[in-house]
Amino acid sequence: MMIDVIINGKKIKAEEGLTILQVAIKSGITIPTLCYHPVLEAQGACRLCTVKIVQGKRDRFVTSCNFPITDGLEVFTETGDVMMARKTIIELLLARCPDVEILRGLAEKYGIKEPRFKIGNDRCILCGLCVRVCEERIGRSAITMIDRGMDMKVGTPFKIHADACIACGACISVCPTDAIKIEDITGRRPMPIPSEFNEGLNSRHPIYLPYPQAVPNTPAIDRNYCVYLNSGQCKMCQDVCEAGAIDYTQVDEVVEIEVGSIILAPGFDTFDPKMKSEFGYGNIQNVITSLEFERILSASGPFSGEIMRPSDKKHPRKVAWIQCVGSRDISCNRDYCSSVCCMYATKEAVIAKEHDGNIEPTIFFMDIRAFGKGFDTYYERAISQYGVRYVRSMVSGLYERPANRNVIVAYINEEGKKTEEEFDMVVLSVGIGPSKKGIDLCGRLGIELNRHNFCKTTTFEPLTTSREGIFLSGSFQTPKDIPETVTQGSGAAAYAGSIISSARGELIEEQSYPDEKDTSAEEVRIGVFVCHCGINIAGVVDVKAVRDYAKTLPGVAYADNCLYTCSQDNQKKMIGLIEEHNLNRVVTAACSPRTHEPLFRETIREAGLNKYLYEMANIRDQCSWVHMNEKGKATEKAKDLVRMAVANARLLAPLQEITLEVNHSALVIGGGNAGMTAALKLGDMGYDVTLIEKESELGGNLRHVFYTIHGDDVQAYLEDLIRKTESHPRVTVIKNAEIDNVEGYKGNFTTSLIVGAGLRSVKIEHGIAIVATGADEARPAEYLYGENSSVLTQMELEKMIMGDVTAVKAMKEIVMIQCVGSRNEERPYCSRICCSHAVKNALKLKEINPAMKIYVLYRDIRTYGLYEEYYTKAREKGVIFIRYDLSEKPVVSMKDGRLTVSAADPVLKTRFDFRPDLLILSSAVIPKENEIMAGLLKINRSEDNFYLEAHMKLRPVDFSTEGVFVAGMAHLPKLIEETISQSAAAAARAAIILSKDKLVAESVIARVNPELCAVCLTCVRACPFGVPVINEESTAEINPVLCQGCGTCVSECPGKAIVLQHYRDEQILAKSKNSIGVN
Amino acid sequence: MRAEYPASIRIVRVPCTGKVDIVFILKTLESGVDGIYIVGCEEGNCHFMVGNIRARKRIVKAKKILETIGLEPERIEMFNLSAGDGVKFVNIAKEMTERILKLGPSSIPRNAVIMEDIEEAI
Repeated sequence: MMIDVIINGKKIKAEEGLTILQVAIKSGITIPTLCYHPVLEAQGACRLCTVKIVQGKRDRFVTSCNFPITDGLEVFTETGDVMMARKTIIELLLARCPDVEILRGLAEKYGIKEPRFKIGNDRCILCGLCVRVCEERIGRSAITMIDRGMDMKVGTPFKIHADACIACGACISVCPTDAIKIEDITGRRPMPIPSEFNEGLNSRHPIYLPYPQAVPNTPAIDRNYCVYLNSGQCKMCQDVCEAGAIDYTQVDEVVEIEVGSIILAPGFDTFDPKMKSEFGYGNIQNVITSLEFERILSASGPFSGEIMRPSDKKHPRKVAWIQCVGSRDISCNRDYCSSVCCMYATKEAVIAKEHDGNIEPTIFFMDIRAFGKGFDTYYERAISQYGVRYVRSMVSGLYERPANRNVIVAYINEEGKKTEEEFDMVVLSVGIGPSKKGIDLCGRLGIELNRHNFCKTTTFEPLTTSREGIFLSGSFQTPKDIPETVTQGSGAAAYAGSIISSARGELIEEQSYPDEKDTSAEEVRIGVFVCHCGINIAGVVDVKAVRDYAKTLPGVAYADNCLYTCSQDNQKKMIGLIEEHNLNRVVTAACSPRTHEPLFRETIREAGLNKYLYEMANIRDQCSWVHMNEKGKATEKAKDLVRMAVANARLLAPLQEITLEVNHSALVIGGGNAGMTAALKLGDMGYDVTLIEKESELGGNLRHVFYTIHGDDVQAYLEDLIRKTESHPRVTVIKNAEIDNVEGYKGNFTTSLIVGAGLRSVKIEHGIAIVATGADEARPAEYLYGENSSVLTQMELEKMIMGDVTAVKAMKEIVMIQCVGSRNEERPYCSRICCSHAVKNALKLKEINPAMKIYVLYRDIRTYGLYEEYYTKAREKGVIFIRYDLSEKPVVSMKDGRLTVSAADPVLKTRFDFRPDLLILSSAVIPKENEIMAGLLKINRSEDNFYLEAHMKLRPVDFSTEGVFVAGMAHLPKLIEETISQSAAAAARAAIILSKDKLVAESVIARVNPELCAVCLTCVRACPFGVPVINEESTAEINPVLCQGCGTCVSECPGKAIVLQHYRDEQILAKSKNSIGVN
Repeated sequence: MRAEYPASIRIVRVPCTGKVDIVFILKTLESGVDGIYIVGCEEGNCHFMVGNIRARKRIVKAKKILETIGLEPERIEMFNLSAGDGVKFVNIAKEMTERILKLGPSSIPRNAVIMEDIEEAI
């Protein structure tokens, strides 16, 4: 039954049976408490919640936490005498426990400087929360109040360790003063649960959010640690959760889903460094793994991004990284390269230096493998700008200096001398291997693994497992970094999609909405919904005051509170209220638009309003969560945010989404491995493709490649690929074709071609384009190339091997020089494929003539991933690798009519002179003349003149120009299997557009008012996406389909001729000016 | 992470700092706000490629304007921040609040423009 109580003169309706404190909390009235807990029996022990009640003519003080309300009860919570009484209570408590922070805080608030009473040194205020929780919730009664009077304290029966205690820690968690010492209660120790997300560097609760970005972003109960699920007791979370979201009965379910294809992406596990005991991981506290260091660097990590070492939380100065821990190491059965550690260690060193300028990073390495896009430049910058020190070495072990817990790195330096150096902290760059779960899964699915337990694939089918219909992507194939992984993810989607393309779209359900109301002629009627979010907001912000304030704002026709605005029943209620009150704008004062804007937009759309007539004030993330100790200020800020939101809502205009027809066919530019693979994948997915090739035959670079490092027959593959391409019913091949002009945009391109010797003109209409124009092997400009016929490139050697094997067999000595034209001033990038190319050819030569002497002069050997085994094999076969420095390159000359190569060995500090029969140059991979194509398609190039993707890590095959994609060596030098993965990825990304019947353009886009446009071209220059053009009417025009909605052009336009819809200038100004109140 | 920061800050959401016009900054200061700071993505990581770099240039310009009219240019600032870096967000909020407290109230009176005026002006 609802009865009336009057608190501080305000009449409040409340359920009979509640206590004064419960009613006050629900009404947003703050009464201080120490011994109150919402799910424990109230005891009135601390007396802090004392209030004055008036019953009839009498008034008296009672503890509000256990005094039940009666009809007409009058309560005063903050009168002078109540405050006085509370002050005395705090003073007494503070005298007993002078060091307790919470009491000191209260004392300051109530103006107590020094207690007038005798000062004690206790921490316990005898509130009894611990005793109650142990008895009521855990059911153990392991602790109780022992002794009497002045001697009363919390303790165990007979003052000995209590058998009943299960060391659950509930008493510790409820104690307001940190007074509980578990060792006084039991001999058992509560084990902290290591936080998986933070690599065990800190602990977590049994009920927890796995990580900040978890999807869904709701906490989970860890059944291994939950007291209720293990003992049947506790259930505190269920009673505390006002939303009633806790359900202990949930169990694992077996779900069956019918599918046509499967993609495996089980990922990797990092190497357990305990297997290499010489590194002391697990024994030496200041030796950590790179993943642990990654968490230490993270703002959401265990130390909030501050770099501290585990042993004493001191800031380390000298930090060392040890490379190849569990990589390139036969002793632990991992004779492959993990591909990512060189770059992540470099990144960690750079970021560490950025976080803390005092850090001196040192990286102990064998070869630096910076083979990805822009990686070599990054590595060079780490040295020159950040002072990262790289030491080429073999680390033999790590020792701890007990006095200062520092770590001594013992290593053999390049001169072969044993050296030791002391560091504050050492990071082990642990390698990556196939995940255990993935291995188990493949066992169950009957999928073949290779000898390292990575999934077995082939050069030409890198994304296909041994079982039909099952594909894979990511590090479970070979170790790989983010861009490669993202690429393979899309590539696998192309494979999985093409075998089920006939069923595409069958499961789509279309949502229907009522007709949209035309509200343009109506006066503004805003509905404001102020959310409690349970106690998330209402516990801090006075939500009723915010609601009342909202009612006073111009344009507001309706305002109310909701317990959970986003709950399903409230959505229904909102739709009703919009109709009932004729609302034509809706504001929710609740949480973040990041998570909830789509939901509320949908709700108002269901009520017949345009979805853009909605605005949010984020009074949870921006008020209650971040100003929880300043309730008054939080409420004021919430009012301000609502005023800003309402000011914006008054100006909101309905926006229409523009739809556009899509041409479902594709244009693939370039008929090499990349182009043909992409065209076939698109064709298999059911799209018409035109493949154009500049030359008179298909094949590109592949025509000059004969065998792979694994021994595959490339020409047989190429022949098959060409046959499939030319005979595919959906693929049209046009050879001898050059692009003359490209018009249009994503979904609707028109490309003009000039074909053949007759310069026939052909027009092609297409929805997307894939650029697969490849790259070339550079003609070296040094080492007597072109002057001496015995100096060849690797590709020329390959041709020679295939052509005249007897001549090759007769050779006695061959020298190869790596990085010819790569990693220098002119071309700072690594050409990526030359190391494995050289190893491949060296092995081939050894196969032809095992007695042949082969010397490879190199800077770093970059046989990443599983190619490492071939590097090992080459050394086993007697190929000799000699390092050289860029400062002292090999010198090639003619001496006595013979080719002479002189190389300085920095390790042995000596010069070698060779008289080889052949000198093979591992020449750089260089981009084609990409300028014209870049201009035609409005796509970007990197400094190296390769094409530049939209995002290096996350969008590796997209251009920032929508509807255009990149595949193959036009993007970056790459190996055959990498090209195949990427080409499939480009096809999958393109299919996202091609599969749509209509493209819906974003409504948050810039629009030009032609009357104000002065045709100054500022917008044309300002737009990062090249969208604005000057149209035939001589004004700037922005294609709504292409506009990304950043608003940069709007701010740059000197004539203010451009408007960003939904973020119009007057809207932003209204918000920012309303950020301060009228008072 | 729910880290506390000074309650003196009001956030205005824009799609990109590239959308922040000098006029917004000046007009907002005109209404009596004591300080403004713009927080964009880290340079080189702009979701819209270069919006934050354009914003930075505008802030430099806006500072010069403030200097010309005799208002402390330190009242406005540009910061770069990744979305995951709550700690830095808090530090920036504290730094700016301290800076503005040191400068004291802006010489433009608060509420020089009241709400109704704004609508008329629009």
